[in-house]
Amino acid sequence: MLQRKTDIGPPHYSKFLPPIIKENYGKWKYHEIPRPGVLMHVADNGAKLYSVRAGSPRLLSTFKIRKYAELADKYCDGYLRFTSRHNVEFLLTKEENINPLIADLNALGHPVGGTGNSITSIVHTQGWIHCHSAATDASGIVKAVMDDNIEYFKTMVLPGKLRIALACCLNMCGAVHCSDIAILGIHRRPPKINKVNLPKMCEIPNVVASCPTAAIRPVVYDGKPSVEILEDKCMFCANCFTVCPALPLADPLNDGVSIWIGGKVSNARHEPMFSKLAIPFIPNNPPRWPEVTGAIRKIVELWAKNAHKHERMGEWIERIGWPKFFRMSGIEFQKEHIDDFKYAGLTYKRSAHLTY
Amino acid sequence: MAVDKKYDTPMLDELEKGEWPSFVKEIKAAAEWNAMSNDLLGLLEQSYSEKMGHWKHGGIVGVMGYGGGIIGRYTDLPEKYPNISHFHTLRINMPSGWFYTSEALRTLCDIWDAHGSGLTNMHGSTGDIIFLGTRTEELEPVFNKLTAAGFDLGGSGSDVRTPSCCCGKARCEWACYDTMALTHFITNKFQDELHRPAFPYKMKFKMSGCPNDCVASVARSDISIIGTWRDEIQVDMQKVREYAKNGTDIVKEIVMMCPGKCIEWDGKDLNIDNSSCLHCMHCINVMPKALAPGKDRGAVVLVGSKAPIVEGALLSSVMIPFMKIEEPFDEMEFWKLIENMWDLWCEEGKNRERIGEFIQRVGMGNFLDSVGLEPIAEMVAHPRENPYVFYEEYFEEGEEVEK
Repeated sequence: MLQRKTDIGPPHYSKFLPPIIKENYGKWKYHEIPRPGVLMHVADNGAKLYSVRAGSPRLLSTFKIRKYAELADKYCDGYLRFTSRHNVEFLLTKEENINPLIADLNALGHPVGGTGNSITSIVHTQGWIHCHSAATDASGIVKAVMDDNIEYFKTMVLPGKLRIALACCLNMCGAVHCSDIAILGIHRRPPKINKVNLPKMCEIPNVVASCPTAAIRPVVYDGKPSVEILEDKCMFCANCFTVCPALPLADPLNDGVSIWIGGKVSNARHEPMFSKLAIPFIPNNPPRWPEVTGAIRKIVELWAKNAHKHERMGEWIERIGWPKFFRMSGIEFQKEHIDDFKYAGLTYKRSAHLTY
Repeated sequence: MAVDKKYDTPMLDELEKGEWPSFVKEIKAAAEWNAMSNDLLGLLEQSYSEKMGHWKHGGIVGVMGYGGGIIGRYTDLPEKYPNISHFHTLRINMPSGWFYTSEALRTLCDIWDAHGSGLTNMHGSTGDIIFLGTRTEELEPVFNKLTAAGFDLGGSGSDVRTPSCCCGKARCEWACYDTMALTHFITNKFQDELHRPAFPYKMKFKMSGCPNDCVASVARSDISIIGTWRDEIQVDMQKVREYAKNGTDIVKEIVMMCPGKCIEWDGKDLNIDNSSCLHCMHCINVMPKALAPGKDRGAVVLVGSKAPIVEGALLSSVMIPFMKIEEPFDEMEFWKLIENMWDLWCEEGKNRERIGEFIQRVGMGNFLDSVGLEPIAEMVAHPRENPYVFYEEYFEEGEEVEK
């Protein structure tokens, strides 16, 4: 522990700000989007900062990060940043550098876009690349969905912003519960109980307390403490597995994804909203998950065609009503769509306000 | 690191096609020289063909002196993929707003190339730089090099997680307070709480400069600090008229979409009844050259958001409707509230109970009493609809009843 440095925190951000930002910190007057993927911020004193935003797979090799560094040196005195949706942004002061930078980014395989009323990068998780509880992969579906919607990344032709997010299990790391379209990995079978390992690996009260539907009870099995799972009360959330490795529930045959829509986090016009269940189950179909990309494309196009300008997915559906959304989309409304957890009654239709 | 084995990856190869940048190309670029990344390719291809993951549950690893920041990971197929028998993640605290120089990025790459898989996430959902995949024995050397370069680990486990923020005043005309400065301050103020988990469960801070909430703080942080203003929206009427002239349909796009119904447009002047303005940002978003947030700026503090597990997803809800955020930050009364909240939650919170769930369980009214906040109407969407009230005050027989 000699000479050990701890608790130093992150480096101060001022070390990484280009001079134009230091000079105009808190003194920005307005911004424009001269073309998709390019922002121009104008300061009170007239100084102009250009940001060129490029799509990124989020999972980056050091090889690619060094390429970004090279481009930053070549066009923006070494300054760049990343966005809250994992895009990379190059910060330029010379307008004449924009086009050559975009050309180099395209040659590197990184499209420029994600500004204004577009589909920007998908906030996503680890999936089969790094997580033990994933019911689906993250990077693979994200790549397939973005390939399919690439024109909406590179243009700003949609009515409003459209945010897509993916989480590979119900822990919902990231932004799945508040996105216009969300892809969520789900299980459909209860955990298998590893009776040999459970007493060694798990604290049984924690396991019992982890279940949202109280489907888990302590039992003694072969003289050793264990648990039993009431299968008709289990909805496969996997939280017991999170606290107890002896309760795995990955099942290639029955794992898959559900699609959720209509969430948002900004306060613009409408208060923030949770995403709501649109499609209860689509099987995993790697490497390209065509059923998922197909469903998302249909929903995007339906919204794009029918929403008012500025209207997010959730605002549009709230205006037309969910029955009309299901009629228009052709998505079959099923028992699974109807909430049956805790305050479910609040989600029932409690009026005669209906469309026919 | 020598790479001696190539895997056939017909399914992953499919994901090199198409216009969106391919994560498979990234893994392959690292696999050219790195045996861990090479084995990751093999494992992932197997996962794709079997439709399931091959990572074992957890594993507690870390660096000396800290209880968080590293996520241990081991494959369940170590004989087949020995180079990823360990594949731990390091979370590295990013600078506020994710600004970097090329030099800083190269320093990080040099450290990671020497000790890990050569793969990263830029960035994890909470905001950290993710170093994806290394062995236990490499953790201390990586940590030593990181701290020498001025970087520290971020949070994981039941601790203060790495706070994050939007780019705020660095590049946005709407920032109502200095998100980057406050984030840096909070991160340093709570270094101990961040590195040494001592809470019932995780605790996240996110700072957004305005109600557009570009870091999704209302949905993804236990403490959400969202910039806003109290006075009048600043209006440049000449610029409003220019927007109208250039094709913005002000009635349809702004007046009719205003949630407070507080804007009128007569074709010449825009009138805003600021006392009914909900500070939603929509009109400002549509006409950024003409409208701007007011000058009396600060933030609304909301508390309690979380993902579904266990009791259902929550959005943060209003705790302080308006708070000035000005240097010196350490003199803000706010820290007393945080301290009170943590004292209460650490004492009374159950194992793995987020503060949002804790508030639901004990009741918001009781929570407010305990942390020293007055109940105010801004905290609710509407008053309760049921009569199941816990009355704490009552009259005793013979007591003088005030008329």
